[in-house]
Amino acid sequence: MRRISYCQAVNEAMTQEMERDPSIFVYGIGVPDHKRVFGTTAGLAERFGPERCFDTPLSEDAMTGFGLGAALNGARPIHVHIRVDFMLLAMNQLANMVASSRYMSGQQLKTPLVIRAVIGRGWGQGCQHSKSMFSTFAHVPGLKVVAPTTAIDAKGLLISAIRDDNPVIFMEHRWLYWQEQDVPEEPFTIPIGEANVLRPGRDLTIVATSWMNVEAMKAAEILSRREVEIEVVDPRTIAPLNDEIIVESVRKTGHCIVADNDWLHCGFSAEVAAVVSEKCFGKLKSPVSRIGFAPTPCPTVRHLEDKFYPNAGNIIRAVEAKLELPEMDLSGESFYSHTNRFKGPF
Amino acid sequence: MNLRFYKKLYLIRRSEEQIVAHYSEDQMKTPMHMSMGAEAIAVGVCEALEARDQVFGTYRSHALYLAKTEDTDDFFAELYGRETALLKGKGGSMHLCAPDHGFMGTSAVVASIIPVAAGCAFANKRANNGRMVTVFFGDGAVEEGVFWESLNLACLMKLPMLFVCEDNGLAVHASKAERQGFESITEIVSKFNCLVYEAETTDTEAIYNLTRQAVKQVNAQLMPAFLRLEYFRYLEHVGVNEDFDAGYRRRDEFEQWLSEDPVSLQRKKLRALGWAEGAIEAVEAQINDKVARSLRKAQEAEFCNVSELFGGVFT
Repeated sequence: MRRISYCQAVNEAMTQEMERDPSIFVYGIGVPDHKRVFGTTAGLAERFGPERCFDTPLSEDAMTGFGLGAALNGARPIHVHIRVDFMLLAMNQLANMVASSRYMSGQQLKTPLVIRAVIGRGWGQGCQHSKSMFSTFAHVPGLKVVAPTTAIDAKGLLISAIRDDNPVIFMEHRWLYWQEQDVPEEPFTIPIGEANVLRPGRDLTIVATSWMNVEAMKAAEILSRREVEIEVVDPRTIAPLNDEIIVESVRKTGHCIVADNDWLHCGFSAEVAAVVSEKCFGKLKSPVSRIGFAPTPCPTVRHLEDKFYPNAGNIIRAVEAKLELPEMDLSGESFYSHTNRFKGPF
Repeated sequence: MNLRFYKKLYLIRRSEEQIVAHYSEDQMKTPMHMSMGAEAIAVGVCEALEARDQVFGTYRSHALYLAKTEDTDDFFAELYGRETALLKGKGGSMHLCAPDHGFMGTSAVVASIIPVAAGCAFANKRANNGRMVTVFFGDGAVEEGVFWESLNLACLMKLPMLFVCEDNGLAVHASKAERQGFESITEIVSKFNCLVYEAETTDTEAIYNLTRQAVKQVNAQLMPAFLRLEYFRYLEHVGVNEDFDAGYRRRDEFEQWLSEDPVSLQRKKLRALGWAEGAIEAVEAQINDKVARSLRKAQEAEFCNVSELFGGVFT
């Protein structure tokens, strides 16, 4: 065990897997350039050569079909998008080809394809560099959607994704790249489709995705000072959703807030709210609440952007409303922003 | 060789004639995009390929499927949606798939299969296994962005593959004049780093020879090839009927092509090469039997259990 960042964990997972299995290759716009996709692809071009780590034409749609074709022929491609927004160009390939290829072929074909997509917020990235789109991808049967929060999860889930014989969309929030944690050096897997309790608590459950787990943990830490104990559950896998741990937690606490790193309407938060309402109905002490992006495109200027993205402060207010507590003074608290990087660990 | 061509051409024609004959019984509940008129392209190209080579098609792939696999059991079982089919009715006419025969799949969304073929070709190139990938698409596909993306990357990566444009001049019911802001697709494609061929013929042997040449040059010059092969679609866009009364194309044009129908043409060639009428009829009778048996088997087979609905979303 040594302390490494989420970014290094992603890099280590790819490096170790590529060492192990020569059928793996990694490609995408900017993958081998000097920036190395925020450093996540550092060293791969040097170690594995241009055959296994290469840049591509600006053709997200074709390069997605290309990955599918290579996968059908026994390769294990990892396609990288430096912004998830660019991946929308590939929606036809994802929804019409990649997702249905195995099913439609009567299970004759296998599609071991990993698509890494960087999501994230600010600063000033504007409406085309800021999305998450979890539910857009998760809506389509045949695509697995994973969004790890911690460095350990990033490594373990990416290795699982690479070894999976199905298409996996692996979504990395770029503010999480700095998060550090003790991560085992040797390769290990964390199963896709298993939630994780980031913090145990008795009073209220927050189900959070990706970066919102950082905000939820911050909120929980502040609230614990007034003896409100929040349980933070990170589903880690958006699709297929395994709701066991979420349901168990809400049955215990009786309150549930879903803090999604995404828009609310028709989103993953609505899915979780529906599941919790169905499966915890008699145990709920209050209706499920949801926190997410404002229902607008993402603005560029800072003060509007701050209002667009929810944070720990919004979560605390939501908890107070639910538990009928007076609003606490948050003026002395420091929240995460682009200038105040979160460096973990959890 | 000419007999092989004829057997495949006749197999395709006979199979589709049986579809026409039985479609109105409403037991084949899948939209039929018929290949009639295009048989020479599928047979000529596939005969020029090795068995290990891989092909990708479109929603109009009956001819390609039969030319590549020569299987009619799975073919009819899938059209009838029965459990005996490889796909158990999950694909239908538009999504035939037989990877063990190198028939890798199709797309009903125009051009969407082209980049998949490129990826397959890339994997073959990496594995250095000598396999050629051929992707078939219509003249409408060149209007899709992904066609150009795929052509560009195939040329850039020097992929061992053939782009075969089956040009019938129509996208559903729209003529090229209504769709294309250029005169010649081959002229434009020829500016890319690839080889370009074209032909307007219903002669299977001519297409076979052209494809052989293309394959040889792809391997020698290490670049992909683009082949534009013209044909006339005999039937409506989807369905088993003629639609000359719809007014978007003319019967006399059809009759001109029909006079050089690929199947009849090849039959005449066999006769000219000295095959006796009786010998040809014997071959045809054998194929008729094979098709009839497959059809009957399909009609008599069961549907799969409904639990199959949930199988195969993931491994």
